[in-house]
Amino acid sequence: MTTTTYEPTAPEPELRRRGVRVGDLLFRGVAVAAALAATVLLGLIAWKVFDLARPAFQDFGLSFVWTEAWNPVTNDYGALIFIYGTVVTSLIALVLATPLSIAIALFLTEMAPRRVAGPIATMVELLAAIPSVVLGLWGILVFGPWVRDHLEPWLKDVLGFLPMFSGDPSQAGILPAALVLTIMIIPITSAICRELLIRVPRDLIDGSLALGSTRWEAIRGVMFAYAAPGIAAAVLLGLGRAFGEAIAVNQTIGNHSVIPSSWFAPGDSLGSKIASSYAGATSNLEASSLLYLAAILMVISLFANVSAQFIVVRFERARRGL
Amino acid sequence: VSEVASPDPRDLTVRSNGLRRRRVVEKIFGAVAILSALLACGILALVLGTLVFKGASQLNLDFFTKARPLFGEKGGIADALVGSAIIVGMAMLMAIPVAVLVAIYMSEYAGPKVSRALRIVLDVLNGVPAIVVGIFVFGLLVVGHGQSAVFGAFALAILMLPMVARATQEILEVVPQSLRHASLALGVTKWRTTWNVVLPAAIGGILTGVVIAVARVAGETAPLLFTTSIAANAISVNIHQALPTLPVTIFSFSESPDPGEQADAWAAALVLIGFVLVMNVLAKYFAGRKRRQLEGS
Repeated sequence: MTTTTYEPTAPEPELRRRGVRVGDLLFRGVAVAAALAATVLLGLIAWKVFDLARPAFQDFGLSFVWTEAWNPVTNDYGALIFIYGTVVTSLIALVLATPLSIAIALFLTEMAPRRVAGPIATMVELLAAIPSVVLGLWGILVFGPWVRDHLEPWLKDVLGFLPMFSGDPSQAGILPAALVLTIMIIPITSAICRELLIRVPRDLIDGSLALGSTRWEAIRGVMFAYAAPGIAAAVLLGLGRAFGEAIAVNQTIGNHSVIPSSWFAPGDSLGSKIASSYAGATSNLEASSLLYLAAILMVISLFANVSAQFIVVRFERARRGL
Repeated sequence: VSEVASPDPRDLTVRSNGLRRRRVVEKIFGAVAILSALLACGILALVLGTLVFKGASQLNLDFFTKARPLFGEKGGIADALVGSAIIVGMAMLMAIPVAVLVAIYMSEYAGPKVSRALRIVLDVLNGVPAIVVGIFVFGLLVVGHGQSAVFGAFALAILMLPMVARATQEILEVVPQSLRHASLALGVTKWRTTWNVVLPAAIGGILTGVVIAVARVAGETAPLLFTTSIAANAISVNIHQALPTLPVTIFSFSESPDPGEQADAWAAALVLIGFVLVMNVLAKYFAGRKRRQLEGS
């Protein structure tokens, strides 16, 4: 693939130039086509999933979204049970993972010596590399029983007056699923937070420290203020990931189509319900209802992701303006 | 409570009075940060430890060379290993060329606005849940044609595309402009410059992105459930029918009440995570080589 452009005996420069231009045009054309294909693919996914959900949409209308039913016998279907499971498990995961992720990011950027920070950052990255099906396997066979025998009885003793911490402990339910999701989103959020915190200008932190603030005050007053929009975007990306996770949740949530009053009890989520039906839904209506669930899941997680992108774009524009 | 660098002198006195409290807060913050980092590492160690503890004793030659038996006697996961290798390999063939071309278009041809728009498209595509991608391929191809390994590979390729494209684009953007200028100044055409100068300079970073993407999709279960899950337990290389895969095998074993199948799930998970870890070490190696190269140039 060496170039022959300046060979002295090269014939007909005019001709060769045209050949060269064809190469350039062709390469450019192929690259444009690839970029277009990626864009079309995104649109095609959205269109196809909505198209698949259309029969159920025509049968149930929009009220499907807030109907609490999933009964193949009476042909009654609704999404509320699964929306509840998805939203509650993801929000619990978010509330637990956000402070932990920020603390890990701060430890890695502000406290740990370089020799310690490197390996720990690698380990947190590897946590993200564990396939969800493996984490779910651990969740159902090891972590779930521990939650049932130790964590849930303890929560019940301390916070049992709250309805979500009452009832019988069980190894598969809302809480185990939420905790597994927490483990899944910590590495994502903390990796983004770490990058954001590294980019906070050193002068600002040094200035704050020179004025007599403690390190924590500098972090809270300067670093958080500077990185807040980015952290919000990181949290939303983590949330999008939690919304969309189907496999690990399916293994740990218990797959019971009800809205449980207690977080210890089994429930189900959008992704999990779709995943567990792969072997074949019983009726056409049930199948198309499942596709309706997929459309709802896509809308929810796209919403989280697009909001995150929106924040990032605004954040970058504001910083360029500085 | 008070803000940093307040111009009000009263604030300063209040703050120095609270110095003890502030020191305590500082200590608490430090402890929380260290504990959080330890917790994350602890969980990783716990998961890996459990996998080795429960899975290692199952591993023997039969486990890697025999297919899963229908009933009774112990078998292996060779069928799933072959299926996973074929499907991930096909996904790579589908995704990598397109992804690299998209990245080339973004960094070498498109203007900043188009490039930014494409970046958002790729990031949103990356955010589409894997199970929704599975449903999409199911509706687009499996309905009417039946399950097949090719469709599973296509679903995985959709997941790989944004990951590889974004990683490649980011690395192409840090290839020094001087390299491009030098090549163009010698009269080399743009596409040859891109092909012979820019891409080789970025190859370490591209490989890092590819390897990380392969490690991720190799463990994906959700896109395969609807595309290539209902398969015979036999070693097969027929890509036009559904093939068994490692993640789907682990998934179905993990929900089985049979302790024998659970034990096989642990062993299969250990194999899968071993692959993922090796790929991640490989990614680190490529990333290190890339850094040395770009620093050297």
